Amino acid sequence: MPQWLFAFLAALAIIGALGTILQRNLIHCVLGFALVLIDLGVLFMGLGAVTVGFLQIIVYVGAIMVLFLFVIWLLNVQADTGVRGGASLGLKLLGAIAAAALAAELFVIFSHAPKLREVRTIAPSFGSVATLAHVLFSRYLIAFETTSLLLLASIVGAVALARRLAGQSAAIAALPPRSSARAAEARREVA
Amino acid sequence: MTPIIDYMALSAVLFAIGVIGVLIRRNVIVMFLAIELMLNAVNLAFVALGRRIGSMDGQVIVFFVMTVAAAEAAVGLAIIISMFRNRETVNADELNLLRW
Repeated sequence: MPQWLFAFLAALAIIGALGTILQRNLIHCVLGFALVLIDLGVLFMGLGAVTVGFLQIIVYVGAIMVLFLFVIWLLNVQADTGVRGGASLGLKLLGAIAAAALAAELFVIFSHAPKLREVRTIAPSFGSVATLAHVLFSRYLIAFETTSLLLLASIVGAVALARRLAGQSAAIAALPPRSSARAAEARREVA
Repeated sequence: MTPIIDYMALSAVLFAIGVIGVLIRRNVIVMFLAIELMLNAVNLAFVALGRRIGSMDGQVIVFFVMTVAAAEAAVGLAIIISMFRNRETVNADELNLLRW
């Protein structure tokens, strides 16, 4: 990948990531994250991982992001306070400084690894479907089969958690809801 | 050609942005998105280093991370739905039932 293309994609990824955490509207957050995911998919392809790059776009943007959008639509969550509200400003500042220190520390560690600066050519078959499938179905076969069990368990778990059981929520509903005025307003509307 | 260290730097920056997102936002959906952002930053590091050593293992790990992220998103969003149904909030500060 040429340097200018990488610089463009990296800038786009950072802008999308900042948009994800700083936007007030939840839909905008999810769309900013979708931008990051597509961008990373292109970077994967540029690194020779073509199959993983396409999987990233299909699975993440096509399935997981749609799931997020669906839940936001289902909950009908209005725009929240954004970065304001919640913890105090000092704590947030401390968190931001700590995270920046983490990034700087990682970068110092990487910059002390001289082999990372070399550029290495790879075989054209690197990252193709056939190569990936060969590794996946030989050395990682058991892990691959275990993921099917994981997905089955998570499907059952998600359905069980999201299902409304009769009488199940009665005990929890008896607790005083500490929600905002918006919830109280909604309840008044229903009544 | 771009050296691998540039990819690692981008990965570190994205991971830090994800950490900041979890720390400064109180909306559980945005916190969840920030966690996914951190997973993706690590994925980028896996693919870049896998290319550096010429091994497919990094990409296979990314494949598994994607699968786990899909399972995590399904279960996590189901928890958020169930939480919203009971407490009518997605603000993490208001979910303090188990707080001592």
